Order: sequence, then structure tokens, then C-alpha cells
Amino acid sequence: MTNISLEPIDIVRGQPYPGAPDNWKRFFTFSTDHKVIGIQYIVTSFFFFLVGGLFAMIMRGELITPEADLIDRTVYNALFTMHGSVMLFFWTFPVLVGLGNYLVPLMIGARDMAFPRLNAVSFWMIPVAGVLMMTSFLVPGGPSQSGWWAYPPVSLQNPTGNLINGQVLWILAVAISGVSSIMGAVNFVTTIFRMRTPGMTWFKTPAFVWAVLGAQLIQLYGLPALTGGAIMLLLDLTIGTSFFAPERGGNPILYQHFFWFYSHPAVYVMVLPAFGIFSEVLPVHARKPLFGYRVIAASSILITIISGTVWVHHMYASATPPWMRMFFMVTTMLVAVPSGIKVFGWVATVWGGKIRFTTPMLFALGGISNWLFAGITGIFLGSVPIDLHVHNTYFVVGHFHYVLYGAIVMGIYAAIYHWFPKMTGRMYYEGLGKLHFVLTYVGTALIFLPMHPLGLMGMPRRVASYDPEFAYWNVVASIGGFLLGLSTLPFILNMVSAWIRGEKVGNNPWRAYGLEWLTSSPPSVENYEQLPLVISGPYGYGKNQPLVSNIPNPGLTEFPESLPKSLMQETTS
Amino acid sequence: MMKLRAILTMSVYAILVTFASFWMAKQSYSWFPPEASAEGKLLDDLFSLFTGLGTFIYLGVIGPFLYSLIFHRASKYDLSDAPPIEGNTWLEIIWTAIPLALVLTLAFVSYRTYEKMSIRGPMELVHLHLPQVVESAYAEPFDSTPQQEIQNAAQSASVEQIDVTARQWAWVFHYPEQDVTSTELHLPVDRRIRFTLRSEDVLHGFYIPAFRLDQYLVPNQEIDFELTPVKTGTYRLRDSMYSGTYFAANQTDVVVQTPDEYQRWLADAATQTPSPAFNQAAYEYGQTSEPGAGSTKDKVAVRGWATIPPAPPPVVNYAPKHEPVSPPA
Ligand code: HEM
Ligand SMILES: [Cu+2]
Repeated sequence: MTNISLEPIDIVRGQPYPGAPDNWKRFFTFSTDHKVIGIQYIVTSFFFFLVGGLFAMIMRGELITPEADLIDRTVYNALFTMHGSVMLFFWTFPVLVGLGNYLVPLMIGARDMAFPRLNAVSFWMIPVAGVLMMTSFLVPGGPSQSGWWAYPPVSLQNPTGNLINGQVLWILAVAISGVSSIMGAVNFVTTIFRMRTPGMTWFKTPAFVWAVLGAQLIQLYGLPALTGGAIMLLLDLTIGTSFFAPERGGNPILYQHFFWFYSHPAVYVMVLPAFGIFSEVLPVHARKPLFGYRVIAASSILITIISGTVWVHHMYASATPPWMRMFFMVTTMLVAVPSGIKVFGWVATVWGGKIRFTTPMLFALGGISNWLFAGITGIFLGSVPIDLHVHNTYFVVGHFHYVLYGAIVMGIYAAIYHWFPKMTGRMYYEGLGKLHFVLTYVGTALIFLPMHPLGLMGMPRRVASYDPEFAYWNVVASIGGFLLGLSTLPFILNMVSAWIRGEKVGNNPWRAYGLEWLTSSPPSVENYEQLPLVISGPYGYGKNQPLVSNIPNPGLTEFPESLPKSLMQETTS
Repeated sequence: MMKLRAILTMSVYAILVTFASFWMAKQSYSWFPPEASAEGKLLDDLFSLFTGLGTFIYLGVIGPFLYSLIFHRASKYDLSDAPPIEGNTWLEIIWTAIPLALVLTLAFVSYRTYEKMSIRGPMELVHLHLPQVVESAYAEPFDSTPQQEIQNAAQSASVEQIDVTARQWAWVFHYPEQDVTSTELHLPVDRRIRFTLRSEDVLHGFYIPAFRLDQYLVPNQEIDFELTPVKTGTYRLRDSMYSGTYFAANQTDVVVQTPDEYQRWLADAATQTPSPAFNQAAYEYGQTSEPGAGSTKDKVAVRGWATIPPAPPPVVNYAPKHEPVSPPA
């Protein structure tokens, strides 16, 4: 009768074993295991990804014709606000925190994060905040309609006059997610500094861990500014203070500084982990060490520093004095250099490698090619005169979607496929994965490439209606958008069916270097029976040297029996 | 032998990439709306340079990348590793130094362009803004035509002053000399124009794509903003900074005329008694708030949420006659 009592229970924590094969219930508990939390993050945020994607589909439906004829203008404005906010605060940030949560302790040979309970609290704030933001659809006046920037004075206008309105709920939800991120950042930084296993010096630490460290340091220095700005905005909105309200003598431009001081570096919070993923996936599937590993690792930290000095490039048109425009133009151009170094390193990594086009590899390669493009348009935008033309046009929308969808979402997919066998002990279906990749890559180009000419022609962003001259490219973009919507179906099908009945694979189906591949799949509660003693760098392909001295790693040098059938098919077909 | 072939392949590819970059740089001019201001010409040249270099970088990286993806695949049963090459200090120094030099050059060229645009001192000047660290940027003699045009325009006649007011959701232009108001922007060609930008409520963006310049209007601030139209024709002014519900409809036409036509238009408008202009936002708002009436509302499948009501239609001397279509033609 009582199945519960039959479940293996970890006495100390009063928790079911995360490693217990069929025990899916653990994902609905206040578990403190970083692997459970990681998957909780990933699955929850993927749900929000679908919600945000649904909003985008409706928007693209509206934009397929020039007139505002599908939905009311207020609805369109609410949708792009919610789309942007959900995609950033409830998809991109949390899914990357989830991947970091799952992977960082395994990669550095730790048994868990430094503060497991804090970790669980950070996670559970995300669904709370997400649901709070969604409830704004139910209050009178509907959700916030001021864009994900929430620039005053528009964000202070409150047409219904109610105290509880969409904008207030929006600020509260963002503040909660910000607190969750700060707690997460404290946890990550402490874990990475203090809990690396013996022998893992900084330059034996995987590039992904470096990238996560860089990203989380940004959260620590940047989020307080955004949180402060949000609180002032909330006070202006609710009790009538005058920080930003011009009719009461406030300065709306000040808000933009608070906002972008965090929100520019925030794009690096999102893209750095994606860079880290590329750096991990390429060597495995090209069977070659990461080219220039030290430089790639250190450039993450360089980006952390420089990206804190570029925020005014979002405000060139905000009546900023010329000296400010010039200063921030130079810093913005500089931040391209460490990002460029990484791209060169990745190209050199695959060069002369033994490449296999597995699904994670395809997504990583596709993501890099998109990042190259987005990085170049980013340099365009950094130039003040060019930006003065395309700022607030679709050129910018195209640019940041190339980053967000083209590079980051592709990187996330690469990571999910690559570590899926580690998380579940089973292999995904290669055919479905490739279909998913093709749909995603083609869809991304179809929707986001046409946005660049649209912007150059002068189509402003955030418009529900537009002049007929822009119609052609908008139809193309909408078709691409629907294709992207479609592309999630093979992914979901793949994940669900492979988790339930995918082919069982061994601990190290990719024959990869890395501590996470030394333990069982899925890893046991405390990850390792004994902590690994690291004796060499993280990407020893072709060097035939062991990574650790105290755990045997058979998969690497011998012919692997554990090689999954799907991979054999891939290599024999 | 191998080496020779590699060098040959690389040279051929480099030549192709160079050609492609020049071609794209030329193409880039066709991606823009008409080039109707002197500043716009400067911008288009700058953009073309960026496009050329950007193409060069993109193809220069993507070529070897694709080459390697095509030719360096593992063969069917080959489970061995590739040679463990971990880096190459020289290569890494080179590919740090070249991008560094490149972006610094681009920043410098952008700076020069910016300077040329703002030849009569700052292109945009903020009153009521404490730190006024602006010094006039005097241009050296320079032979580029757009700059000449700016210079000529600036020197030949006095600067034409126009006051611009934005509100939710209308544009009003005031010509102080004749005390004429209009909801359509008329400009004389080849004259330096100084706009004084004001907003009555929220942030707006003063953006005429054919002129290539965008400037926010900030409540409680007066912002001076200068440019030089050089081509007659009708263009579009779009609110570029999201300003709330009817943001997308907050647009109007810009008519650049010969000085004669312009003066005639002004004189003509001065004789008209001010009357309420057609206003798209007010029109649509009226449609949705009158139950059962109007076509816009019937076409919309989903009813909307509450909105800030639009300001009453501006009362002006001159307003173009618009059919009530969305967006206005
Ligand atoms: C099917 C995929 C997607 C489609 C069709 C889509 C479409 C759009 C559209 C039409 C806009 C409004 C542009 C405007 O009027 O300014 C927009 C804005 C935005 N999108 Fe997406 N998007 C997609 C995926 C994503 C993803 C994955 C992210 C983040 C990781 C994202 C982040 C944003 C942001 C931050 C904005 C700006 C919102 C704002 O202006 O306040 N989008 N998107
Ligand atoms: Cu930025």
C-alpha cells in the first residue's frame, strides 16, 4: 500500500535518493541536492520558455500584416512586455543557473553546492515569482505594458489607478527573481572558490566553471543597482515619491543608468555560460583539446570586468553628453576583443579534429556561427553614429535575438543533449535531435535575419502596426517564427520518450574527459564515492594521460563497449 | 607540396573574401531609405566601411570553420583522438592584437564621423543639464561633399529654428518666426535646421529614418538638435522611443521643399485659422470607447485593456488631410 516507505530514504536529509532510478517524486520536494535542483530549474524554466514563445507566436501573428488587426494595441504591448520579461527572467537566467547547478559541483569534484538549503530557496522563488508575473493577466488593467525595461514615465502611468496593477506585480516578480539570483550568485562564487577538489588548481578548472564564475560575479556587482532602481520605481509608482517622475521633478534618465548598469552586464551573465558550454562540447566531439584553454578561461573574467563599463551604449540617444558617448563607444568596442578570442579558439579547436556531428555538436557549432554574426552586428551598434540610426529599430531586435536565440538558446540545447545521458543514464534519439537542430537553425535565420534590413529601413521596434513598405520581410520573419514554435515539438518528444525508455548507456558514453563523467549516470547523492584527485588539465584528448589519480577511467583509452548504439549508427552510416 | 597547395588555397580564398567584402560594402547603400540629409551621407559611408570589414571578418572566420567541418570529420570506425594541440602563443597574440587594432580604428573612424556631423558645435545640446562639457568641434578643411554641404548650409544663411513638441500621441511643430503650427513637418532643403525638442509627458524618440538620426525627447528638458536636409521629397517621422498604447501610430510626414515652396507653404499656413487636426490615436481611442461604433474595434479580435487617454487632437494652422486609416498612408 504505502509505496512511500519502500523508497530509499537518505536518513540524514530525510530526502529520497536523487539517484533512485524511478523516483520522479523527488523533483516535487524541497530537495537540497544540487542535481535535483538543477533539473527543477531546467524543467521549470522550459515551461516558461513555452509560455514566452506562445506570446511571441501571437505577436508574429499580429505582425504578419501592417495594420493592427489581430489584437488590440494594449494587448500587443502587454505581450511584448511579458514576452521579453518571461524569456529573460524566467527562462534564460534560470535555465542557465540550472545547468550551472547541475554541472559545477560535478565538474569541480564537490559533493554539493556550498549552501544547499539556500540553493533550494533560490530555486523555489522562481516559480513563485513567475506565477506572480502571470497573475498580472488577471488584474484589472492587465499586465505591465512598459516593455521589459519598464522605463519611466510610461511605467509610472498606471491607467486604472489601482494600487494592485500589472506594473506593481511586474516589479515585485522581478525583484523576487533578483533576490533569487543574488542568493544563487553567492552560492556559486563560494562553491567555485572553496570547494574545488584537491589538485584542481585554477588552470585545471574547466572553462565552463570559469564562465559561470565570471557570470555570477556580474550578478553580485550588478544586481544591487537594478534592485535599487526597481525599489525606487516601486515607490514612485505606489506612494508617489519623485525619483524618476518628471512631473514631480524626478529624472527619468537616471532610471536608465540604474537599469543598464546591470542589464548590459546581464547579457554577459547569459552568454558567458553559453560560451562555457561551447568550450566543453567542442573538445569532446572533435576529440581535441580546447585550443588556447587558458586564454579562453581568463577572457571570461576579462569580459566580467569590461562589461561593467559599457552600459551607456544603450543610452546614446538619451540626451547623453558627447564625451559619454565617445567613452562608452571605446569600451564597447573593446569588449568585442575577448569575445573574438574565444571564437578563434573554438575554430582552432575543431580544426584538424576528428569531428562527429552529434546533436550537441551541431547545436554548439550552429551557436558559434550565430554568435559570430551577432558579435559583428554588435560592433556596428557600438559605433555612435550607426547606433543613432538603428537604435530602437528592428536592427537591434535582430541583433539581440541572434545572441539570445541564435547563440544562447542553441548553447542551452547543446548542453541539454550533451549531458542528458549523465542526468538520466539514457541516450536521447539522434534522429529527432537532428530534426530539432535543422528546424531551429533554419527558423532562427528566417525570423531574425530579416529584422536587420527592416531596422535599416527604419522600422521601429515595439510597434503593433507598421507602414506597408515593411510588409515583405515581416511575412518572412513570421514564417520563421512559426517554424521556431514547431521546432520545440521534436525536442519535447525526444526528451520525454528518451527519459522514459531511451537506450541505457554507461557512465561515459561520449568517452569524454571531465570529472562529471567519472561517476555513475545519474550520479549518486553525494556525487563521488571518494573525491577525485586531479592530476592533469581538463581537456587531455590525444594525450593518453589520466585525469585523476584515484579513480580508474576505463572509457577513455579502451574501445568502449559503452558506446551508445545511436552513436555507432551515426558513425557507421 | 602540401604546403604550397595550402598557401594557394588560402590566397585564392582571401582574394574571394576581399571581393565579397567590397561588394557588400557597395550593396550596403541600397539597404537604407533615401539619403536625405548631409549627416545621413556621412553615416552611410561609415556603415559601408563597417559592412565591408564585417563581411571580411565573418567570411574570414566562417570559411576555415566550414572547411574544417567538412574535411576534418572522423571516419566511420575511427575512435581515436586528434593530435593534442593545446594552443599556439604566436597565433593567440596575433588574433588578439589584430582585433584590438581593428576595433580601435573603427572607434576612431566613428569618432571622426561624429565630429563631422556636429560641425557647428554639438549636434545635440541639452539645456537644464548641469555638466555642459561640450566644446564646439571645429572641423578642419575637408573635401568630403557631405561635410561641405553641412558647412555651406551652416554659413550661407541663418539656421532655421523649429520647435518640436511630442505628447501622447501627437507631434506638433511650431515655426516661431511666423508663429505657425503644423502637425506635418515642413523643412527647406540645404539649410541647417535647429530643432528644439520638448516632451509634455513621457519619453519619445524623434526619428526620421531618411535623416538617419534619432534623439529622445525628455520631459522637463529642452534639447537642441541640428541637421541638414539635402534632398526634397516626403519622408516619415516615427516615434522611436516606446511611449505607450498608441506608440506605433505616433508618426507623421516630413516634407522637404525648395526654399521657395517652403516659404510659400509657411505664408499660406499663417493665414489659416487654427483648427483641430486629425489624430490617429484620438481617432482609434474614440472608436474603442464608443460601444458598437466604428470599424477598428470590429476588426480587432481581442478587446484590450485600459489605457491612458490620448491628449486631445492638436489645434494647428496646418494639418494634412488624412483618411482615417491605420496606419495613415
Ligand atoms: C520563437 C522565438 C521568438 C520570437 C518569435 C520572438 C519575437 C519577438 C518579437 C516580435 C519581439 C518584439 C520586438 C519589438 O517590437 O520590439 C521580441 C522582443 C524580445 N524578445 Fe523575443 N522572440 C523569440 C525568442 C526570444 C528568446 C529566446 C529570448 C530570450 C532568451 C527573447 C528575448 C526578447 C527580448 C528581451 C525582447 C525585448 C522585449 C522588449 O522590447 O521589452 N526572445 N521578440
Ligand atoms: Cu549592452
